[in-house]
Amino acid sequence: MAKSEISDPFEKARLEKGIGEMDDQNDPVIMALRHKDVRRCAHNHKTFISGAEPGRIVIPSEVSIRDIRQIPFEVDPPMHGVYRAVVEPWFKRPLEADYNTALKKQIGAIIDEALSKDVVEVVKEFALVLQSRALTLLFNVPFSESQTWISWGTHVFRSQETALDASKANVLYDYIDKQITHAIANPGDDFYSMLLAAEVNEKKLTKEEIKGVIILTFAGGRDTVINAVTNSIAYFAEHPKALHRLKEDPKLVNFAIEELIRYFSPLTHMGRVVTEDTHVCEHAVKADSRISLNWASANRDASVFEKPNEVLIDRKINPHVAFGFGTHNCLGATHARQILKVLINILIDKVGSIDIIEAEDNIETLGEFKRKVGFNSIKVKFNASNTL
Amino acid sequence: MTKITFITQDNESIIVEGNSGNVMELAVQNKIKGIEGNCGGVCSCATCHVHVQPEDWDRVGAPSTLESDMLEFDDHVSEYSRLCCQINVDDTIDGIVLKVAN
Ligand code: HEM
Ligand code: FES
Repeated sequence: MAKSEISDPFEKARLEKGIGEMDDQNDPVIMALRHKDVRRCAHNHKTFISGAEPGRIVIPSEVSIRDIRQIPFEVDPPMHGVYRAVVEPWFKRPLEADYNTALKKQIGAIIDEALSKDVVEVVKEFALVLQSRALTLLFNVPFSESQTWISWGTHVFRSQETALDASKANVLYDYIDKQITHAIANPGDDFYSMLLAAEVNEKKLTKEEIKGVIILTFAGGRDTVINAVTNSIAYFAEHPKALHRLKEDPKLVNFAIEELIRYFSPLTHMGRVVTEDTHVCEHAVKADSRISLNWASANRDASVFEKPNEVLIDRKINPHVAFGFGTHNCLGATHARQILKVLINILIDKVGSIDIIEAEDNIETLGEFKRKVGFNSIKVKFNASNTL
Repeated sequence: MTKITFITQDNESIIVEGNSGNVMELAVQNKIKGIEGNCGGVCSCATCHVHVQPEDWDRVGAPSTLESDMLEFDDHVSEYSRLCCQINVDDTIDGIVLKVAN
């Protein structure tokens, strides 16, 4: 099997039952697997809520390690929309020309460095660095902050050893407390200061609410972006023709980004808590139990996607749900898409080929299902495009 | 040139012109409020949702199955809903009026 290949462990269950089952810390989860059911459940925010006990819609559950509610992620309409309106314009900044210029400079430097090395371990030396530096643009804080974030390693809440690592979370919480205190004393044009100045329903956000937004911004954009970047490098290493095709026809870059995100589905699924006895794909689910919306499975649904297990970089109609669907669709998608766009354009420009030297998969276990989400580590050699 | 009128949620009318690409791209170029085109036109984000005037519906045409599936669970869906990244800018739609859904 090619190293960049990401297979679909849900196919059989999706076709036969439409659902999958898994346990998680004695709070089982029924996973909706079909594209239509995932969309239907995501849309039905009254029966399938996000605003449950903080941490419960995350799988594995973070109930025992976190009390702070992540905002707007763990809030339902109508309040969800009120919070979302506060942060939405900020998350659109990646579309601004200056942001793009800065991102190009950052990623260009990372690629130049990679080209100068014999071996690059992509997860830690490339994707983590890229993700952390790019996040300074989203926060609008000094570039040097990325050093601290890089030092936290690849997971903010989760570590390799234990599924849930409270000590890692504390590092993040202490850091955020300090940054908020600093921004109160020195208001500027960073994300913290914007939140401190913001009002919802004519009231300032509380410190607790601000923390909830910040934590989410760190957590939501970390593993997802790292996996998307790493998997893209692995893909282009094994499919050099795809890179050449994008070079010849740059209009395809946008289609390629959406298709890679569909194929990778960096966030496998996300939970909801059920408010009344109901059904998911004709399967009974009880009030106060959990379901999940399995984006990764929906994105391989053959009733929606032709050749779902193939990357077709020119897939024109691609109704994927990798960034979610409806109410809670990903706020960081603009940032993530810009990262991939700049990355691909610079690869086209500077990199001729990439050789994979060795790779170790990162596999998630969801009950009986095992899904590859990316790599624990992958060593590659980047080769420049014009070896004159 | 094909002329298209957008009516935003604030009831502002904006007439734009183009002769290539799709309607979402034209709207984004002209900064039409409520049309974001987040997914770049692959029918995944539904941030390009418009309501076609009934009298223009035949010219614009009905959505494909995949497109109507994406619209099915949208809060603002109507029987004249389209994702305008799936509508090409060409003569057949000259003069149509589109109401921005968001
Ligand atoms: C390729 C990268 C990414 C993927 C695949 C991804 C995926 C998702 C998905 C599937 C959701 C929906 C969750 C739900 O319905 O409960 C979501 C929500 C969210 N994501 Fe992302 N994400 C990515 C990058 C980012 C980044 C870079 C950030 C921020 C820095 C971010 C911040 C958020 C936030 C704040 C939400 C919650 C939105 C709300 O509740 O209204 N994400 N993401
Ligand atoms: S631009 Fe995303 S669906 Fe039309």
